[in-house]
Formats: sequence, C-alpha cells, structure tokens
Amino acid sequence: MKKKKWPETWQEINPGCMVFEPASARGYHTGSWKAQRPVWDDSKCIKCGVCYIFCPEGCISQDDEGFFRADLDYCKGCGICAHECWPGAIKMVEEG
Amino acid sequence: MAKQVGMEVGIAAAEAVGLCNIDMAAVYPITPQSHIAEHLSDIVADGRIDAEFVTVESEHTSISCVSGASATGARVYTATSSQGLMYMHEILPIVSAMRLPVVMGNANRAISGPINIWNDHSDIMPQRDAGWIVFFAESGQEVVDMTIQSFKIAEDNDVMLPVCLNMDGFQLTHTVELIEFPDQKEVDKFLPVRKPFATLHPDHPISMGTLGMPEIYAESRKSQDEALINSKKTIFKVWDEWEEMFGRRYKPVETYLAEDAEILLLTMGSMGETAEIAIDELRKKGMRVGLVKLRLWRPFPFEELKAVVKKAKLLIVTDRAVSFGGSGGPVFIEIKSALYHEKERPLVYNSIIGLGGRDVPVRDFVKLIEEAAKSGEKGIIKDYEYYGVRG
Repeated sequence: MKKKKWPETWQEINPGCMVFEPASARGYHTGSWKAQRPVWDDSKCIKCGVCYIFCPEGCISQDDEGFFRADLDYCKGCGICAHECWPGAIKMVEEG
Repeated sequence: MAKQVGMEVGIAAAEAVGLCNIDMAAVYPITPQSHIAEHLSDIVADGRIDAEFVTVESEHTSISCVSGASATGARVYTATSSQGLMYMHEILPIVSAMRLPVVMGNANRAISGPINIWNDHSDIMPQRDAGWIVFFAESGQEVVDMTIQSFKIAEDNDVMLPVCLNMDGFQLTHTVELIEFPDQKEVDKFLPVRKPFATLHPDHPISMGTLGMPEIYAESRKSQDEALINSKKTIFKVWDEWEEMFGRRYKPVETYLAEDAEILLLTMGSMGETAEIAIDELRKKGMRVGLVKLRLWRPFPFEELKAVVKKAKLLIVTDRAVSFGGSGGPVFIEIKSALYHEKERPLVYNSIIGLGGRDVPVRDFVKLIEEAAKSGEKGIIKDYEYYGVRG
C-alpha cells in the first residue's frame, strides 16, 4: 500500500503537527524542485571538499575514490557548490 | 487548611504560582508586572520551591524559553505587561500552534504611544487571534484561583493550549486584598504532576514546530481552532472541580442583578466590582439595570452570553481598548456580530472607557448608563463613543 504523504483531513492532524517518526523528512524528495543539476569534472577536482562544506542541503558526499557527488533526491539545484568551487570543477547543467 | 491573608495581588499571583509545583519560569520584569517577577524569583531563590528561574534579556526570549521547557514536559510560567506582551507577539501563535501548555499572567497596561504605564486592555487585544485561552480576573481572589486553575486547564491532554490570565495593572496588581489561599496539599490534590502528551527527549526523538506545506496548513489551522473551541468543556469541568474542592463558583459569563434587567452593562476585569455599586444605586432609583461580566474572552462563550442578554432592551458594552478605524472597541465588535443572527437581541451601545489608567468611579458608570438609556429610548445609538473625552 502506498504510504500517505500527508493527513487527508483536519481530524488526522497530530496535535501541534507533531511528527512522531524520526528523520521522516527523508521521505520528502526536495530534489524534485531543481531546474539545474551540478555535474563534476573530476579531472579538475582537487578533492578539497568546499562543495561538501557549503551545500545547504548536506546532500553532497565523497565516493570511494574521494570525489564528490550530490544526492539528486535532495539537491535543490541552488548552485552554491558550483559558485564556491574555485578550481571550477562543477558546472550547473539544465535539467530535462 | 486554607488561610486568609491580606496581600498585594501581584505578590499573591506569584504565591499562587509557587503553590503549583512549577519546574521553571522565565520572566522579564516590566511595570506593572514587576512584583510578580520579583516575588517569584524570591520564592525560587529562597529555596521555597524546586524550580529554575531563568533571567532572560527580553520578553521575546522569556516566552521562547518557557515554550522550549514546556516541550520537554516541564510545568512553566511567565508573566508580562504591555510592550512586553507586544514584544512576545511573534512567538504567541507559535506556542498555541505547537500546543504547549504555557501559563502566563498579564498585568494589563496601555500600549505606547504616548508612553503610558497605567491600566487598560490595549495590550491583550492585539493578541486576540494568537490562539490562546484568555481569561480576565476581577479580584485578587480570582487571580489566585484562576492561576492554579490555568495550569490544570492548559495541561489537560484534551486541551494542550497556552493560557493568558489578565489582571488589571495597578488597579488590581497593586491593591492589597483579603485573599484565601488553599494549602499545598489541597493544591497538589487539585493539580497533580503534569502528564504530557509528548515530550522532546533524546531517547524518543520526535519533531515539534515543523514546516506545514500548503497541502496541510489549512487543516492544521482548522484542527487548532477546534481544539480551542473544544477547550470550553475542560474549562467548565475544571471550574466544577474547583467549586467542589474550594467552594467558589466560576462561570464564563458572570451576572449581577441581570435576570429582570432591561438595561445591561458589560465589563471585563476589575471594573466589574465598581460597576456593581453603580447598579445598586440605579436600582434604588427604580431603574431595571444589571451587570454582565465577561471572564472568558477566548474561546468566546457565545451561547452563555446570548442567553444572558437576549431579554434586555439595551446592552452597554464597555471597551478598554481602541480598534482604530473599526466599528467600535474589540469587545463590542465581537458581541455585536455574535448577536446579528439572533431574533431576540438588545440594542448594543459601545463606550470606550478607562483608557491609560483613567479612573472610572461609580458616578461615571451611573452617568454612562443614564445617558445611554436616554439615547436608547429615542432609538438613537451611535456606534461607539469615548466616555468623558474632552473636546
């Protein structure tokens, strides 16, 4: 059965809109908002981690080889990583 | 055993909080609430109760601080006045939306400007739509009783809403009255330890104060409105329990000689006691006048008020705040719209009175009622007037 994203009726709202399931925000994929996605050119990447530090979503992580990638389920496409990447290894590419 | 003591009402409010087994308080002192803040901090500092008293740097912080503590399951208290309440305004609707049972005393004082530290209701009226339960106390005894009742009402898991208890600044807070205090055992029996619906605790992570998307915002507002309306049941239940234990009856709408009255005067707060004397004087002159005193402002007691006023010919509503450019004072606006669909209803006249600490003695109530009665007979009722304003 497909889980409901939000309560159907006002009677189903928890008092104070309390959320009893920890980390349930994970189920909300903010990545659907983006118009652009970050694409890394690993040949320019020096693995400094500036993109990882500046990402306001915390959706950038390091892979096994030490390069960085965004989790596109949560990346909103804000472009801060590309703006901060001083070696110029990240380009924002139009979605779709 | 309960004991009777002569005590300043502000001090008595703090003493009442001291009986309520609170876990913490955060209060920023402001005139005329200061004696509550000072005396409550004394009670904590002297070790009379086991509670934290957090000295904050502003009212915005005091209300935020007690809300955070309340979310962990603590029993909390704060108090303020006037500009302090205005500074809390941003947080007030968040406390009710998060369903946190904060109890707050408000020593009513006019808001600036011009700067004025004296009594009227212009501080609480702009907070009308914050979603709190709002009471008005008339006497020192009511301040003590209703402070204790407020915790029980707020913390009931059928309610879970903050309560603001209004007490007129100076006129009430700085008056020495004979007050009967229940003893600690009685209060403990009436008000057991809080059993919170949910708490913030690292072992059982939950989220409070979350984002509400357009898909659920309207539903969340509706559920909060229903919770506030529904709180009336618990308020009445707690008042019944109070009467059973302590013998003093509380009603959302109090009346004085109102049953056969053709003309009714309506007051909120401490003015009620003075108005009773005016009613007595006019009754001696043969006028069929009576008094209606509104104790519960939110949720508004519609049925109870309608039942009391429907037989009268004229209802004089006093307001101690101005709604600039509106159709009258806030209490008048509420009551007039409440009566719109009623077949049986009185003419409603609005007098804005007692602003910024201007005294309203008995003779003013007498004059107000007599003048309103005269224009009522002629059928000329202006929307609202400032009583006794010069010019």
